[in-house]
Amino acid sequence: MSRFKHAIVPTLYILFLMLPIYGLVSMSFKTTNEILGGFSFFPSNFTLENYIKIFTDPTWYNGYINSLIYVVINTVISVTVALPAAYAFSRYHFLGDKHLFFWLLTNRMAPPAVFALPFFQLYSAIELFDTHIAVALAHCLFNIPLAVWILEGFMSGVPKELDETAYLDGYSFSKFFLKIFIPTIAAGIGVTAFFCFMYSWVELLLAKTLTSVDAKPIAATMTRTASTSGYELGLLAAAGSLTIIPGAFVIYFVRNYIAKGFALGRV
Amino acid sequence: MNKTVNQKAWWLVVPVLILVAFNAFIPLMTVVNYSFQETFGNNQFFWEGTTWFEQVLRSDRFHAALFRQLMFTGMIILIEVPLGIAVALTMPRKGPWVSVCLVLMALPLLIPWNVVGAMWNIFALPDIGLLGYSLNSMGIDYNFTQQPVSAWVTTLVMDIWHWTSLVVLLCYAGLSSIPDAYYQAARIDGASPWAIFRFIQLPKMNRVLTIAILLRFMDSFMIYTEPFVLTGGGPGNTTTFLSIDLVKMALGQFDLGPAAAMSLIYFLVVLLTCWGFYTVMTRNEEN
Repeated sequence: MSRFKHAIVPTLYILFLMLPIYGLVSMSFKTTNEILGGFSFFPSNFTLENYIKIFTDPTWYNGYINSLIYVVINTVISVTVALPAAYAFSRYHFLGDKHLFFWLLTNRMAPPAVFALPFFQLYSAIELFDTHIAVALAHCLFNIPLAVWILEGFMSGVPKELDETAYLDGYSFSKFFLKIFIPTIAAGIGVTAFFCFMYSWVELLLAKTLTSVDAKPIAATMTRTASTSGYELGLLAAAGSLTIIPGAFVIYFVRNYIAKGFALGRV
Repeated sequence: MNKTVNQKAWWLVVPVLILVAFNAFIPLMTVVNYSFQETFGNNQFFWEGTTWFEQVLRSDRFHAALFRQLMFTGMIILIEVPLGIAVALTMPRKGPWVSVCLVLMALPLLIPWNVVGAMWNIFALPDIGLLGYSLNSMGIDYNFTQQPVSAWVTTLVMDIWHWTSLVVLLCYAGLSSIPDAYYQAARIDGASPWAIFRFIQLPKMNRVLTIAILLRFMDSFMIYTEPFVLTGGGPGNTTTFLSIDLVKMALGQFDLGPAAAMSLIYFLVVLLTCWGFYTVMTRNEEN
């Protein structure tokens, strides 16, 4: 009995989480006429028209490709540069290490709205405006500090004896780092990559500011559609539903580590 | 862990330093530059001193936006943290349902922020949305595009929907690190559920809760996309939080000077608060 009583809270909570998602997905299978005709819980004329439109119209599916390109570039850059830095923070004391660490954190908490206009000018000045690399670099602002934090947490969990034994065995730093250390914290790297992927995937303000046509992310395509032809709700819902899929897909692989990642490796 | 002093470790940090400094330092200097000058276009700038700072600090518009922001952040932390703890405490600890719960609960965290806004917009539309239609057919007069209270409540509920799972996941991870032996000892002593919570579970969650509150503070203080897509800051200015106001000023009206001054004040508020949190957190870690 008490087991069932216990299940009530999580069940109600999950139900609360699923309702808006259901609303979005069910709307994506409705025709525009049905949507505007009034509320219905199930689509009465089930249609795939909205999805077909997205998969056949380049302005739509290119949005997804653009988003994925800059997200992947950003994840690779962030993890690659964060690895040695996190190792330094987790293993050594050096001049100004604590201040540097806090300074990194301040970039994670800088409101993107503050940086929108200067970023636009900076990336226009170096002629990277409307390229994937511009968005990828801009997202480094919050993803590199995040990656350093999470990786540092994971690395601090690895006993220092591992390093010392390897150095005694005659390993050089780079050989030890690539051959022994990285495989040891592979799970941590996976989680970090997931978090970089996620934060770059969900951010819109900077991505929208730094692109116009060639690198326009799916999120910006959606807002433009919403403002120009405000009545294509079905199309908007279908595009929104599709953006949930990459997240849902990767979340399954990191489900056991996700809390550790959010806790910046500090559970 | 006891660390050794090694100044060469700086070389390992250099790539991070260059990339982040490029993205943080140059734009920040641009903002500082604007905040002390007046421009009439054509790249002509005139020194203005601290005029913009005084103007922003005195303006009712800034006070109102800051007040709304503080109310919003305070309310969501007060709701999300207890709710998150409650859900984490009642979640199953073992068995196949754990994965199902974790995956479903984490789902809102991975949806692009503008889609969250659009989803809630669709969900709450009074005549055709699931929530709006249900509320109105229950006889509650609800229209978030016109009623300030409805707009405010919808924004709050949207944020609770979006981020409570973060608190749940963190608390759940803290709870899983408690060995079974603790609970057995408590059972032998005949401890009440409240005593178990107060003396075993809460202390174990201390650290993750600090991180949860820190993250919720930071992210809610810079919230932009979700309320912008949901309500556009309206009706009137009722849901215009700091970031929305800032973007309106900088990109909408192109008032670069005041917008830059406001950016700096805004950033400073976040910085000081987080510094406080950070100090508490690192002190906890040392103990």
